[in-house]
Amino acid sequence: MHQADTAAHQNAEHQRHDLVIALRTFLPENAILSEEEDLRPYECDGLSAYRQVPLVAVLPDTLEQVQQCLRVCREQRTPVVVRGAGTGLSGGALPLSDGVLLSLAKFNRILNIDPVARTARVQPGVRNLAISEAAVPFGLYYAPDPSSQIACTIGGNVAENSGGVHCLKYGLTVHNVLEVKMITSEGETLTLGGGALDAPGYDLLALITGSEGLLGVIVEVTVKLLPKPECAQVLLAAFHTVEAAGAAVAAIIANGIIPGGLEMMDNAAIRAAEDFVQAGYPTDAAAILLCEVDGNAAEVADQVAQVEAILAACGATQVRLSRSEAERARFWAGRKNAFPAVGRISPDYYCMDGTIPRRELARVLTRTAELSKSYGLAVANVFHAGDGNLHPLILYDANRPGELERTEELGGKILELCVEVGGTITGEHGVGIEKLNQMCVQFNADELNQFHAVKHAFDPDGLLNPGKAIPTLHRCAEFGAMHVHHGQLPHPELERF
Amino acid sequence: MNAPTGSRHLDAEPPKDQRQTLVSPADNDASAQLIEAIQEAIRDRKPLAIYGGNNKAFYGRRTDSTPISAAGHTGILSYDPTELVLTARAGTSLALIESVLAEHLQLIPFEPPNFGPTATLGGAIACGLSGPRRPYVGATRDFVLGVTVLTGRGQRLRFGGQVMKNVAGYDIARLMTGSLGTLGVLLDISVKVLPAPQTEITLALERDTETAIQTMNALAGRPLPLSAACAYGGILYIRLSGTPSAITTARETIGGTTVDGSSLWQGIREHTHPFFAGPRPLWRLSVPSATPVIDLPGALLIDWGGAQRWLRTDAKAPVIRKAVDRVGGHATFFRGHDGRDEVFHPLKTGLLRLHRRLKEAFDPQRILNPGRMYEEL
Ligand SMILES: Cc1cc2nc3c(=O)[nH]c(=O)nc-3n(C[C@H](O)[C@H](O)[C@H](O)COP(=O)(O)OP(=O)(O)OC[C@H]3O[C@@H](n4cnc5c(N)ncnc54)[C@H](O)[C@@H]3O)c2cc1C
Repeated sequence: MHQADTAAHQNAEHQRHDLVIALRTFLPENAILSEEEDLRPYECDGLSAYRQVPLVAVLPDTLEQVQQCLRVCREQRTPVVVRGAGTGLSGGALPLSDGVLLSLAKFNRILNIDPVARTARVQPGVRNLAISEAAVPFGLYYAPDPSSQIACTIGGNVAENSGGVHCLKYGLTVHNVLEVKMITSEGETLTLGGGALDAPGYDLLALITGSEGLLGVIVEVTVKLLPKPECAQVLLAAFHTVEAAGAAVAAIIANGIIPGGLEMMDNAAIRAAEDFVQAGYPTDAAAILLCEVDGNAAEVADQVAQVEAILAACGATQVRLSRSEAERARFWAGRKNAFPAVGRISPDYYCMDGTIPRRELARVLTRTAELSKSYGLAVANVFHAGDGNLHPLILYDANRPGELERTEELGGKILELCVEVGGTITGEHGVGIEKLNQMCVQFNADELNQFHAVKHAFDPDGLLNPGKAIPTLHRCAEFGAMHVHHGQLPHPELERF
Repeated sequence: MNAPTGSRHLDAEPPKDQRQTLVSPADNDASAQLIEAIQEAIRDRKPLAIYGGNNKAFYGRRTDSTPISAAGHTGILSYDPTELVLTARAGTSLALIESVLAEHLQLIPFEPPNFGPTATLGGAIACGLSGPRRPYVGATRDFVLGVTVLTGRGQRLRFGGQVMKNVAGYDIARLMTGSLGTLGVLLDISVKVLPAPQTEITLALERDTETAIQTMNALAGRPLPLSAACAYGGILYIRLSGTPSAITTARETIGGTTVDGSSLWQGIREHTHPFFAGPRPLWRLSVPSATPVIDLPGALLIDWGGAQRWLRTDAKAPVIRKAVDRVGGHATFFRGHDGRDEVFHPLKTGLLRLHRRLKEAFDPQRILNPGRMYEEL
């Protein structure tokens, strides 16, 4: 070890020691993890290419303890990364080497389900699916359904503004949350929103939603529950080209139909999913569409007929209708397991998350295919087609030297393409550490500064998840330089990341 | 502008060029003048009172700043019906936008009140008010996808975009919604639009207010195509929107008699309903929908399935605020105030501090609508 490294190491050990001493005054021994082997499980989130053990991890189970943790971190100038279930795909919950990882896993109680007001008040560590399960006896459910819903927490959902396959009709997290209680980095408890449909003042509920753990620690969430539709049926349509499938999506919407779900998968994704769960997908199709309509029986029958006609008119080579709940679940299983399915056919995969105006679909997929070819990396596409949210999955092998870097470069190019056609670099997975460079493409310096000013209003000391979600201008200057001048870095004075 | 499409038929193929950029007749980019005005205001430290069609001037506190109008900044910048997104300059007439949408059998889902013939999109977004459809379809903020704003630092910034899903950066587009121009001057706005329902009917049921509130909440807990629910004068009105088959079944489930609801809902949305006539002070109580009738004197009209209650009353502000505080709601002195008192429900200390800091972050010199929302902002 170099001398400097040794000094840094000793410094870290000191910091760790001081932290643990301070934390022990209000946390039980087993709620503080500071040994390497205990910290390992927290070293990454769903973006597993990046790993970092934190200085210390804490697992409080009361609000007072959370408040005390924040106080200690403030006093010791130690950054805090909040963690829900760690399923995030952009490195938002990646620990900092000099920081505390604050796990909210123990906050897993459903506090109240109010069937009359149709709300659920839950702790942040409650799993997404657990809310809907608890609402079943009342014929209600929580609508946003990320594919990770058996594992991800509602706190993480709010922090990422997560979506799911039913968001086209029923909205994203931001549309389904009524109230959030949060603790600021200064230790203050604030209630945003409330039991009414709006709250006085600025819409801080919207601001905290999707804030990736940078503005406050979410400690309680009240969500809206919706009545479960009487019935739902899925149409599975196969197409010879992705263009035709894309045109069918536009035609369904042009005819005034907003389906409960409208998803597309390309051939690579279809084959992977079919291999994995045998959903009954036609593996020779260039693309399939899954279109779910819901409502009462008569309405569903009418809409099914209407959609079937549109699909046929748009050149579907095959249209199948789910005839039972079991078959409906099977049709969805392929889509919902698309990520793990791709995970089976490739040593590693990298999931992108751009949103585009739907009319640009063909152009974006064609360019993606070209890029895929020139980088020599296969790409499978799953697509929340109804709302234009594209998930290209890049297949790679992390054990091959340089392949991760090339994968990231390809991913970055795809995201920049999304911006170029009028879209965005992230529809639902967040920026985290992953898309910091692309933030510099989507926003200019003034806009980024405005984001930093908002952060400063909530968290003046920059304690919460520093370095995530919003890039520094330095970083952008460097990225822009690399970007424009192909690696010639004209700003040698700037810090290198 | 495109020719009216008239009726919705099963289009075998989507239109060849799906990008139908419609340019409204009054297409005028006045952003340069607005930027100049802001920069001058910053230089001279002279606060501005921003308005659009000036139909909602009564809403909020009075500000004695130099008036500046965004009404000249007009034009629909893009509208693609199959993308369900419309982008327009802030001064664009709301009525024009609604008529363009209607040509494509689409609508602004949150039914923003115009409160006058010259209402603009910018005014609607800045006030953030939503009509009767709100509890079932969503509020103004739910449909705002992106904005370009001029901040109090004199910068023209873009947040959000023209796509449904976007989590890049904080959601400043929604923060702007309902902020009454105190954080920025809206230049253009992208909103999500929806297909107009195929069928719409209104049912009337005789119910006293208390029972009406219970019925509205019970119905909302069942999978029915509700699109509005209001109680007034011993009658519970329920609007249903959707496919004919959905409505037929729902009508049988709910019962009551079918009435012509179009003028009723329009009257509630625009405050032209007789309930809103006359000078008696008007309060807006926003409460959890199942809250029983709140014991306050005056006349009551309940909208939003119980969640929005309009009260004509001479009761004093503290009495009203205390009563809604108890049920976890908030009260707005909507009309009939002198513009000097608090119009909006006072914020708790911690929240107010955060509001001040946010104001500081966007408008450090307090030149944008100072005091319009709260005296401190
Ligand atoms: C297989 C798979 C499928 C997925 N499918 C979808 C999908 O369909 N749609 C979708 O939107 N996402 C999807 N995701 C991404 C992920 O599941 C979501 O982002 C989810 O909301 C993360 O929740 P979490 O509890 O795991 O949060 P974490 O990963 O632990 O944290 C995510 C971010 O939120 C912050 N955070 C967490 N809890 C809090 C809190 N209480 N207060 C403040 N900040 C907090 C963290 O600091 C971090 O920045 C998928 C992930 C996987 C692995």
